[in-house]
Amino acid sequence: MEDKGANDMTFSLQTMLDVLPALLRGTVVTLQATAAGFLLALALGLVLAIARRGSNRAIVMVIDLFVTVIRSTPLLIQLYLLFYVLPLYGPSLSPLVTGVLGLGVHYSSYLSEVFRAGIDAVPKGQWEASVALQMPRAKTWYRIILPQAFRIVLPQIGNYMISMYKHASLLATITVVELLGAALNYAGETFRYLEVLTIVGVIYFIIGYIFSRLIKYIELKLAY
Amino acid sequence: MDFVLQIYPALLRGALVTVLLTVMSGAAALAVGFAVGLARLIPSRWVSVPLTIYVEVFRNTSSLVQIFYFFFVLPLVGIRFEAFTTGCAVLALNFGAYLSEVVRSAILSVDKGQYHAAVALNMPVLLRYRRIIIPQAIPVMLPAFGNYALEMLKATSLVSLITITELTFSGAQLVQFYGHPTEIYLSIFVIYLILAIPFIVLNRNLEKRAGGKWKTRVPTT
Repeated sequence: MEDKGANDMTFSLQTMLDVLPALLRGTVVTLQATAAGFLLALALGLVLAIARRGSNRAIVMVIDLFVTVIRSTPLLIQLYLLFYVLPLYGPSLSPLVTGVLGLGVHYSSYLSEVFRAGIDAVPKGQWEASVALQMPRAKTWYRIILPQAFRIVLPQIGNYMISMYKHASLLATITVVELLGAALNYAGETFRYLEVLTIVGVIYFIIGYIFSRLIKYIELKLAY
Repeated sequence: MDFVLQIYPALLRGALVTVLLTVMSGAAALAVGFAVGLARLIPSRWVSVPLTIYVEVFRNTSSLVQIFYFFFVLPLVGIRFEAFTTGCAVLALNFGAYLSEVVRSAILSVDKGQYHAAVALNMPVLLRYRRIIIPQAIPVMLPAFGNYALEMLKATSLVSLITITELTFSGAQLVQFYGHPTEIYLSIFVIYLILAIPFIVLNRNLEKRAGGKWKTRVPTT
């Protein structure tokens, strides 16, 4: 604690070495939150997209309203509602679980639209052929329609995954010690914002860049 | 309900700041997006390499990290801005990077024949872009711009974390002062939704007009 460098712009290597382990632990939490949140978003988004194709108009309207409301309001406020308000009336979840829930629900609204577009893009003949073959409806979905739809929207899904990975830094505001949270904890004690936030930026960039290259590659592989 | 009426002037003031932030950062981001998107078409490494680095850095890091970086680190190296200016600048740079990609890909999507025809007619470069290429590219950009406008409104909530008293921060302050998180956060949620309605309507119309054709050409997110 001897080094209170609030107005000190020298770049300290020692600080960087000191903070790195905490930041790497934070990175792992960020990636875990992203992975769990994204799985939730995929599942929920898929359910919403399939349910929306039913013939019940009330369900369609409710889903459209839900998707519009969730998409049009900031994730930060949704996290605050889940973290500060929900425990007053329901279960009190750990910060990380709350964050995963928030990320998953928020992004499910985007992904349901993506899936909807993908399902619409599967040629009608595929449905008709399945009916002609007397294939049960559930089997038509998971053997015929969804594999083709998934292939169509894979690049977009990837972009949303990167977006969620960056958005996961918001979990710092509900006390999750992910990458940014770990950084702010350390910097708050030592005032070494320069070094700490620079490393955070570099870590975000490296992982984000790898992700986005990977998605470009998949996109090219799938292009035909 | 009485309580909500009691706090709503404060929330309204916050909402006004949120609108101001959205408009100012949005206009600045548009300017940055056009400038960078067009400049990246210049076939010179001295121009394209620094701009590519800018775009990739801002697109591949978290916007919240960028906000904290500008807020905490720039003063350390002697650059001091008001929090509001910092917030606006980061949002503009962040969204400018995304918008520049929209501008660039829309311009590249204009039929090459238009370009060749303009060259054949001996049009100077600037006239070529101003009268032929850009007017045809703009309709292609519009749906993406509409989506980013809504994203900008949502993103302004992040600058609450660097003490700018916009809607979210006024709410957080009220919660600290009075408690009642349910009423306050739900009110904020509803206010954001109301602020978003013009964008939602705009985006519906843009999408309808675009049909299926534009969607495939420009990435919307």
